Amino acid sequence: MAEKAVELVNITKKFGSIIANNNVSLEVMKGEILAVLGENGCGKTTLMNMIAGIYFPDSGRIFVDGKEVVIRSPKDAFKYKIGMIHQHFKLVDVFTAGENIVLGVNDGTKYNMKNINSRIMQIASRYGFNIDPQKKIHEMSVSEKQTVEIIKVLYRGADILILDEPTAVLTPQETQKLFEILRRMRDDGKSIIIITHKLHEVLSISDRVAVLRKGEHIATVRTSETNEAELTEMMVGKKVDLNIKRSEPKDPKLRLHISNLNSTNDEGILVLKNVSFDAYSGEILGIAGIAGSGQRELLEAIAGLEHLDSGEITYHDPKTDKDVNLRDKTPLQIRDLGVRLSFVPEDRLGMGLVGNMNITDNMMLRSYRRGKSAFLDRKKPKELAEKIIKDLEVVTPGTATPVRRLSGGNVQKVLVGREIAAAPSVLMAAYPVRGLDINSSYMIYNLLTKQKEAGVAVIFVGEDLDVLIELCDRILVINGGKVTGIVDGRTAKKEEIGLLMTKTDKIENEEATDDAE
Amino acid sequence: MTVLLKILDYLLSAVPLGMTFLYGSVGEILIEKVGHLNLGIPGVMCVGAASGCAALQAMYESGIPSALIVIFSILAAFAGAAMMGAVYSLLTVTLKANQNVTGLAMTTFGVGMMKFVMSKLTNIRYLYALKLFRFPFAESDNSLKYCGVMVFLAVIIAVVASFILNRTRTGLYIKAIGENPATADAVGINVNGYKYAVTCIGCGISGLGGLFYIMDYAGSQEAYLSIEGLGWLSIALVIFALWKPIVSIFGSALFGALYVAGSYIPGIRELKVSMAATPLLKMLPYVVTIIVLIIISARNKKENQPPQSLGMTYFREER
Amino acid sequence: MQNKEEKVHEPLFHVSKRSSMPLWESTAIRVASILLALLLCGLLVALFLGKNPADFYVSLFKGSFGSQRKIWKLLKDIAVLLCISVAVTPAFRMKFWNIGAEGQTLVGALASAACMYYLGGKIPEAALIALMFVSSVLAGAVWGLFPAVCKALWNTNETLFTLMMNYVATFFVAFCLIKWTPDGSSSLGILEHGHLPRLFGNEYILLIIVVVLLTVGMYIYLDYSKHGYEISVVGESNRTACYIGIDVKKVIIRTMLVSGAVCGLAGFLIVGALDHSITTETVGGLGFTAIMVSWLAKFNPLLMFVTSFLIVFLNQGASQVSQSFNISNAFPNVVVGIILFFIIGCEFFINYKINFRSRKEVK
Repeated sequence: MAEKAVELVNITKKFGSIIANNNVSLEVMKGEILAVLGENGCGKTTLMNMIAGIYFPDSGRIFVDGKEVVIRSPKDAFKYKIGMIHQHFKLVDVFTAGENIVLGVNDGTKYNMKNINSRIMQIASRYGFNIDPQKKIHEMSVSEKQTVEIIKVLYRGADILILDEPTAVLTPQETQKLFEILRRMRDDGKSIIIITHKLHEVLSISDRVAVLRKGEHIATVRTSETNEAELTEMMVGKKVDLNIKRSEPKDPKLRLHISNLNSTNDEGILVLKNVSFDAYSGEILGIAGIAGSGQRELLEAIAGLEHLDSGEITYHDPKTDKDVNLRDKTPLQIRDLGVRLSFVPEDRLGMGLVGNMNITDNMMLRSYRRGKSAFLDRKKPKELAEKIIKDLEVVTPGTATPVRRLSGGNVQKVLVGREIAAAPSVLMAAYPVRGLDINSSYMIYNLLTKQKEAGVAVIFVGEDLDVLIELCDRILVINGGKVTGIVDGRTAKKEEIGLLMTKTDKIENEEATDDAE
Repeated sequence: MTVLLKILDYLLSAVPLGMTFLYGSVGEILIEKVGHLNLGIPGVMCVGAASGCAALQAMYESGIPSALIVIFSILAAFAGAAMMGAVYSLLTVTLKANQNVTGLAMTTFGVGMMKFVMSKLTNIRYLYALKLFRFPFAESDNSLKYCGVMVFLAVIIAVVASFILNRTRTGLYIKAIGENPATADAVGINVNGYKYAVTCIGCGISGLGGLFYIMDYAGSQEAYLSIEGLGWLSIALVIFALWKPIVSIFGSALFGALYVAGSYIPGIRELKVSMAATPLLKMLPYVVTIIVLIIISARNKKENQPPQSLGMTYFREER
Repeated sequence: MQNKEEKVHEPLFHVSKRSSMPLWESTAIRVASILLALLLCGLLVALFLGKNPADFYVSLFKGSFGSQRKIWKLLKDIAVLLCISVAVTPAFRMKFWNIGAEGQTLVGALASAACMYYLGGKIPEAALIALMFVSSVLAGAVWGLFPAVCKALWNTNETLFTLMMNYVATFFVAFCLIKWTPDGSSSLGILEHGHLPRLFGNEYILLIIVVVLLTVGMYIYLDYSKHGYEISVVGESNRTACYIGIDVKKVIIRTMLVSGAVCGLAGFLIVGALDHSITTETVGGLGFTAIMVSWLAKFNPLLMFVTSFLIVFLNQGASQVSQSFNISNAFPNVVVGIILFFIIGCEFFINYKINFRSRKEVK
């Protein structure tokens, strides 16, 4: 009955040695909403970028309306009526919505903002968007900006719309509204592909679901014939045994007490909602969650880099047996309080290290102030650099090499090595193995475990559930800025964590719909 | 009464001078709108002046009708300055060189080039040339005699530039590139092509300012020595005008007034202003510009900011 | 149809960022670009002026090394230019585009001249010189402070701000000159007092020693002191600076104070050791040239010995050329301009790699 709008046949894409998509075949019909479901890094965005002309596949074929096509740029994609709404909006801040929408469209008509705006209003009323074409982008909320991005695609006459994680930035109410619009578009004959990892949304919006895992296409099923449990299993897969060494926590003592943290980001969105937990010495506390659920904000708040609306961060000093308040302290003040807090940030070269400086100079980023002299002491950092290079097997021509020139794994070893060398009592690491090969990853796991055995309170933010389950003593699950559960790493099931990571939206959404009604 | 007359005389001489700034600043506004801070404008204006004068020397004893001489000189000034724009684009767009350093090198080169060329042009009778350029009012005995064809051309260019920037698709693309080249690139706009074209045209327009100052305003050969300073003032005017060509028209008149105020006001005995005030009055345009710059940054209103990617090199792979 | 499309989208070459290049290779590229530029200048001389290019190169060289006097002049000019170049460097390392060295140096010079004018002969020479030094350094620092504070507080565009400050300084000097000269002629003449001592009977030696020490000192400050380290971190990444607890605003203001103060010092040296007077042209564009010198040396003070030599050598050589060929004295600017274009352009080949694409992507 339905015609195929887009068909992908045996698409493969590699980035260096990493296979992002392996032999993936998919199709989307006219008048259908297809959800592409998968964990972070499973290759769903890469796959869609190939339809939208951002990447070009290494091999495989793409058909639009049954004809084979070559899509090498977003412009080509528009020619085939394909438009993608990216997670990071590409809008000009000082332009109005209308100007952004018409940017790059030259349909031969006279340039007249009045006509353009009325055309935009036509599109808007057809699908039920709420938009003021004369409003400037920088005055808009995130959801308004998203609306602009969607209309931008529709204005170019797209019949196939790809939305990358569209609900990540929306409130439940806004999500409901977006879904209404998407349904209306589907009924209008458009094909919609929605990339997501939220199960509840998949079930409520899509007609079919394609599940990807580690670059492979697992299955495509009808939404009406599946359920959360089945989708979770397909998404996370069977448990893989990784053989990470895990010791029993010895004599755990309270180190860090976090209660009721709330934080709002620059865009006015609540990124941490009543977050409370305790971290103990001699254990690894894992933090699981979909990327962007508040992990970064949480760690940065503890490190003194993020402003808090409310809440308490208390450090329990094992030497003096006293509580130290860390809230609203700068990193320097925290250090001066005698709190040995080490932090391996997610953004290694943009935050943790200085790319253009050599390894020795990067070693002293946190310690260069030591001593009264106005001059730097490079001797100790150099020794430390040599030690780290030797102990962690960093591949580098020498200590004088700028870290920018090292490979990802070696950069991470330098960073983790430095943070551990500070003999921390609390060690926070955000995605420390992202982009690393197997050997380097295991080295990092071992380092974290050694720290734990030395009595450090380790907080580990990870994305691979198998690793979290095997490495951590307890796992805190964060979802949309909220703690949705703290489970025991030794007994937790993968599916259980997967559900905690994705599910709670449901309750909120139901509340929202109730409110609306 | 004489005071009033003198002030009137002063204002009438100020407005045409302002046109030098207007050419310079409208050119620079266009260039900054595509995200390039061109500190070479003084040099560009010098080269414009030199090319225009060279063309004039080549033609004006050849019996070509005077209107054509003027037109060709203007075209030569535009072309010479646009060549500088091409060099600047080659370095900063294709070769991705630092814009500040490139601009300063352009000024060094341009000033030198002009002085070199002007020292070779010995045959021009400037007062005669002045008459040509002040067509059609050169012979009139009222104050209109200050207003030559290039005064009107400057205003027309500013209005056209404003129209293009605000009312056309091309203008929208230009502004998008200066704000966010990656976005412009993503929607299929030829970013580098626009940068080249706009920079060359912008430099060409600025170059006319140099020719105007020598041939129309000052009417003497020594005038070329002041062009560099006028070029820097044109860059100041860009900020003062908040990157809007229409505001630049009024701003240029104001800057012109402030610039000549130093020479005029102390000369009016009735006002009892000492000669020492001259430099302070000449300082005013710069001080005013600084104040404007501080106010717009402190108020942080999005519409009045410099283009967001101003001074940054765009390299697609770094998105 | 499809083949045609592929052709359109398959550019002949592809530009990518280079991660590194051996020192000898980058040096070779730079030297080659300078030689190429000189070749072009010679060619232009031959074509447009009808002179023998060999004479051009001989004159170019003679301009700096033709006589002992010329060598001393070369050294003096290098010293002054180097001093200002060293001054702008801390700000540039922080990616703070201070193009206001011209103004900062000029107010420094003005402060010295003011001391000489008002106090000359009234207080002991040593005290006068000390006072000149202090007031120059302070004046330069204050001139650098304004844009730095605005940058720290409101992120005001420092390039435009410092540019404007240059002209405020120029006209301020013009104002003082009118006040100081009774007939309003604005020509101050040589001031009697407050001359820096001559060492070994040579008026330039003290200046040269001070600047060499200053350059080495700045190198040590930037590469070996904690302040210098903070400057580098702030220049590289604001986020890293916050992460390790550096107060970015404080560093911006402190660094511009240093930058301005050293500019002021340059002004003090120019007035105290060389000019003994002041005009609006006392700095004469050196503040802008210094930016080139600093940038060409990759903001490394020691390399600035080389780059400032190069610029001064070319300038002096080219003015010799203009004398011996009897052409405009603006000729040096043209030569320096052309060579700068080449050096600026050649950086591309050091920082980027051009990969020519074969018809099929071969892995």
